[in-house]
Amino acid sequence: MENIVSLQNIIMEFEDGEQILKNISLDIKDKEFVTFLGPSGCGKTTTLRIIAGFLEPKSGDVLFEGKRINGMPPHKRNVNTVFQRYALFPHLNVYENIAFGLRVKKVPEKEIVRRVGEMLEIVNLMGYEKRSVNRLSGGQQQRVAIARALVNHPKVLLLDEPLGALDLKLRKEMQIELRKIQQELELTFIYVTHDQEEALTMSDSIVVMNNGSIQQIGSPTDIYNEPVNAFVADFIGESNIISGTMPEDFVVEFNGRKFECVDSGFNAGERVDVVIRPEDVKIIPADKAKLTGIVKSVVFKGVHYEMIIDGKEHKWTVHSTKAESAGSMVGMNFAPSDIHIMKKTEE
Amino acid sequence: MKLKYFSAPYLVWMIVFILVPLLMIAYFAFTGDDGGFTVKYISDVGQYANIFVRSIWLSLIATAICLVIAYPVAFILSRMEKHKQGTMLMIVMLPMWMNFLLRTYAWMTLLGNNGIINYILGLVGLGPYKLINTSAAVVLGMVYNYLPFMILPLYSVMEKIDKSMFEAADDLGCSSVQTLFRVIVPLSMPGITSGITMVFVPAISTFIISRMLGGGSNLLIGDLIEMQFLGNAYNPHLGAAISFVLMVIILVIMTIMNQFDPDEQVLM
Repeated sequence: MENIVSLQNIIMEFEDGEQILKNISLDIKDKEFVTFLGPSGCGKTTTLRIIAGFLEPKSGDVLFEGKRINGMPPHKRNVNTVFQRYALFPHLNVYENIAFGLRVKKVPEKEIVRRVGEMLEIVNLMGYEKRSVNRLSGGQQQRVAIARALVNHPKVLLLDEPLGALDLKLRKEMQIELRKIQQELELTFIYVTHDQEEALTMSDSIVVMNNGSIQQIGSPTDIYNEPVNAFVADFIGESNIISGTMPEDFVVEFNGRKFECVDSGFNAGERVDVVIRPEDVKIIPADKAKLTGIVKSVVFKGVHYEMIIDGKEHKWTVHSTKAESAGSMVGMNFAPSDIHIMKKTEE
Repeated sequence: MKLKYFSAPYLVWMIVFILVPLLMIAYFAFTGDDGGFTVKYISDVGQYANIFVRSIWLSLIATAICLVIAYPVAFILSRMEKHKQGTMLMIVMLPMWMNFLLRTYAWMTLLGNNGIINYILGLVGLGPYKLINTSAAVVLGMVYNYLPFMILPLYSVMEKIDKSMFEAADDLGCSSVQTLFRVIVPLSMPGITSGITMVFVPAISTFIISRMLGGGSNLLIGDLIEMQFLGNAYNPHLGAAISFVLMVIILVIMTIMNQFDPDEQVLM
């Protein structure tokens, strides 16, 4: 697989000199579903808009199929965007909205009919051709926006938080549908979201961003299981993050106890962040445990119970299918492979 | 209490000051001095066909010039930063704070044979040109006086067009010119139609501008109507008949205009 989009040392600044992107470099492979994930203000939308051509970076190169495209206006780039609030044309009906890009390019009428029909089928909007876009539901508008972009056969589709305005159930449906469309049409999708679950569900590869820099790039499993720092661990799902030290290889000490782990290569006594997922905390009888705590609260979450266990040094978030009674003393244990050790991030 | 009762005073106002006068015009137009029904005055209006044609023609030119000038102005205005828009709007509105007559008098002294423009041209050895008492001077007066009425409705429609519309057009392959004709013009159509209405209607019925800048040879419908009521030719029946025909013409033109409005708003 080749790189279809490459960003090289991109720096972006506001007029007042505040840096929004601090030297971003990134390769996006052809036919991949890539998600830019991060909290608001992390620079993910800015990065997307630089690829689309709406923004020019202060410095750095944007490559498309190996060619530098800095300064090329959006209408000359072989990418299309699905906008955050859809940006459908209110003066055109569903059919004409989708046909817009083709009409601009003076595509023959016969082919327009065929391609728009094909798109209506893909996004499941047959029979809505004549409908005004103002009389569509949010989900339907979303589909029109996707069809309007895809009908141009872009090599890369950029999606800027496209599901943000939809309710949860519809969002889940659209997530699966978008993924299906991407795989069927074999396109590159670059997707911006702040929703970690969305990112994990849909992506081949996730780019986690914070404060204008890339924290980690990897597959959803890598990012979830092997977060490189406490920020990523915390942002991707819930985590217990505890300060600890590494007295020697394969041993970590936190909350005054030593635990076996699978990490090595730290300096002896180096301070580290220890990350343990709530579902990886095993509840055991208190008398057999190195760590104990008192169950503060138990909340039913559907598939599991979420418990807050007060262990003096740290309040643990624990997910378990079995509820402990609030107020009881329990013990906690962890498998060595579930203890993730990370270098302290300099704040 | 039902809210609709609050509209009662307005309803009375409309009946007394709009509906009744309109009916009176129709009554006078179709009756003679003896109070009997006649179409004599309506058919007499035909004698003034040349004045009607001139009025419509000059107003159309003035409206077209207003549109061409106002469209880019309104667009630039609507894309400025919010706090600058207020200041710029005030500059657009500023001439309207001055009395209409005064503004038109000013043009008389500017355009006169011994006026400022001819004086300046004379310094570089040009002219003097006949500027005043021409139909061009009448059109200039109309454009100058009614331009804000074109800018304001255009601006208020354009200001509501979201920036993402332009980005979407750009994204889908539109150059700037294509974006203008495929997105900006259709979306600003309500502003275009109401701007045209607000310039064309007062322009076609004006009499001050033609009197002051057009001299005697550029008589417009407005002058004709005025003469029937206030001049030596005193003939209220003919005046009412001319007004009635003018009303019908405006109605027809506006109905055609509204065919171009996507929202099918009645802008009369």
